[in-house]
Amino acid sequence: MGGWAIAVHGGAGVDPNLPQDRQEEAKQLLTRCLNLGISALRSSLPAIDVVELIVRELESDPLFNSGRGSALTENGTVEMEASIMDGPDRRCGAVSGITTVKNPISLARLVMEKSPHSYLAFSGAQEFAKQQGVEMADNNYFITEDNVGMLKLAKEANSIMFDYRIPICGSEPCSAVVESPIQMNGLPISVYAPETVGCVVVDSQGRCAAATSTGGLMNKMTGRIGDSPLIGAGTYACDLCGVSCTGEGEAIIRGTLARDVAALMEYKGLNLQEAVDYVIKKRLDHGKAGLIAVSSNGEVAYGFNSVGMFRGFATEDGSMEVGIWE
Amino acid sequence: MGWAIALHGGAGDIPRSLPLERREPREAALRHCLQIGVDAFNSHRSPLDVVELVVRELENNPHFNAGVGSVLTSNGTVEMEACIMDGITKRCGAVSGLSTVKNAISLARLVMEKTPHIYLGFDGAEAFAREQGIETVDSSHFITPENIERLKQAKEANRVQIDYTQPIKKVGDKIPVPDGDSQIGTVGCVAVDGHGNLATATSTGGLVNKMVGRIGDTPIIGAGTYANNLCAVSATGRGEAIIRGTVARDVAALMEYKGLSLNDAATYVVEGAPSGTTGLIAVSAKGEVTMPFNTTGMFRACASEDGYTAVGIWPGELRE
Repeated sequence: MGGWAIAVHGGAGVDPNLPQDRQEEAKQLLTRCLNLGISALRSSLPAIDVVELIVRELESDPLFNSGRGSALTENGTVEMEASIMDGPDRRCGAVSGITTVKNPISLARLVMEKSPHSYLAFSGAQEFAKQQGVEMADNNYFITEDNVGMLKLAKEANSIMFDYRIPICGSEPCSAVVESPIQMNGLPISVYAPETVGCVVVDSQGRCAAATSTGGLMNKMTGRIGDSPLIGAGTYACDLCGVSCTGEGEAIIRGTLARDVAALMEYKGLNLQEAVDYVIKKRLDHGKAGLIAVSSNGEVAYGFNSVGMFRGFATEDGSMEVGIWE
Repeated sequence: MGWAIALHGGAGDIPRSLPLERREPREAALRHCLQIGVDAFNSHRSPLDVVELVVRELENNPHFNAGVGSVLTSNGTVEMEACIMDGITKRCGAVSGLSTVKNAISLARLVMEKTPHIYLGFDGAEAFAREQGIETVDSSHFITPENIERLKQAKEANRVQIDYTQPIKKVGDKIPVPDGDSQIGTVGCVAVDGHGNLATATSTGGLVNKMVGRIGDTPIIGAGTYANNLCAVSATGRGEAIIRGTVARDVAALMEYKGLSLNDAATYVVEGAPSGTTGLIAVSAKGEVTMPFNTTGMFRACASEDGYTAVGIWPGELRE
């Protein structure tokens, strides 16, 4: 074993009726990202740099739910969040409530490297961004027509959405799957329900890193923070592995999913695939989610219990795969 | 087995030379808050209610870094955060960036119970507080002269200071602060009832002179706060270290995946953290209690249904 490996995802929870052309678009983006990562790894770029590079690429593309193309809050605005973690010494950085920073993942990295803290949010994070001179863009830059349409429909249905609808409710846990009659452009709305993006890498030195970025839930309450910026939930990396999760944020948080993959390897001696399978099967209760992971041995694994997950992976020995379904 | 409860008022470089007039009010506060929890259990309140009540009391007390008495950001403002988790269901709620909510822990509970989300921050959290009609006050309510002074000193020393029980030194005083990085802050409570139901709650003002918008370990499930069907944990110390150490989750994971006892798991996690950064309180479904720390001291107290109660600050000094 050994050698580098990379995995990327564009979100768990995909409409089973997703039209072929959109499936192709997604696969092409994932492939492009993998190729970018492969070149970087072949040029000996460290894992931490590669994950940032790939997630920047995903943020800049409006297809998935991060950066440009982010889901919208109930107010029609974008509030992005991201986190990054460097395996060898478990340094980490995270941001939430980002409204005008072009690449939240890079801001998260700056928090990790240029601030005395691990996590900055909202106006404080924005202020830090200005001080650091990162590339900014007006909030409108991140908003796509598709998402404006989706928000409208979500409001009409009065629900918060990912791949299936979660009615806004009072005290019950909100994880019922609801049939949706709502259509946009002739397609069920969940076609357009966006998700998170992420990348995990182990480089040829065996160093792991993980990065995750998102716009969050469509029609979310302003100020809502999900799993993506939470170390141990949506993102985790240590000397054994790197993990990035996607799906129902609340379930990922309760399940401390990313940390648990590593903890199972560390404390129970499971290998990467066993740990990933265990977590998906046993740590999600009623929630739907997926994750990608790499180990310091050069292994790559993924798992999901949702309907589909946009993902891809490549390893130094030449295997490469991009997929959406089981 | 009966119920058990533990609470803390922060771990850090609490000097043994802490003057009596600074020590006594804190010990008295710990006893008082402990009694609140004991009374609640004796009135058959649930562990979730118990931890919320105790943390509310700690928040209202100016001697600890939560609610009233919260340390200040670099702008001289308060930004409070809190988190609550129910062990059996693993439902949880967290808030950050609060400046007017009298009891952050209660808002965290409302997030858990009244929204489809787990975590709300800043303006959104404040707006939610108003929607819910929870008690809000002018943010000056939380600011104490001691903390204004601490911030001033931290700025003069140009550092982010996590310590807050260092005696306030006059400007120009040459007595060195022990290591400049001493940590104190955060309050928390963990509880288990006679049936093994567990809950945890943590609340804090964060770090002295922290950057506006800085979030620490307290509201991050698995870092500063965690409960499942095996144990309930609340951590305190240097937030950045607790986050990367996923401290609270690790205690439970060691029990679950490695079969360690509560005490062994908690000790392992604390000993594995960089010295001077981490303390925690934890209870198990079996009613065990543990309160390890790798700092100079940790304000803490515990009680169980059999009548045992104890309060302490330094290692090996748990007094009944």
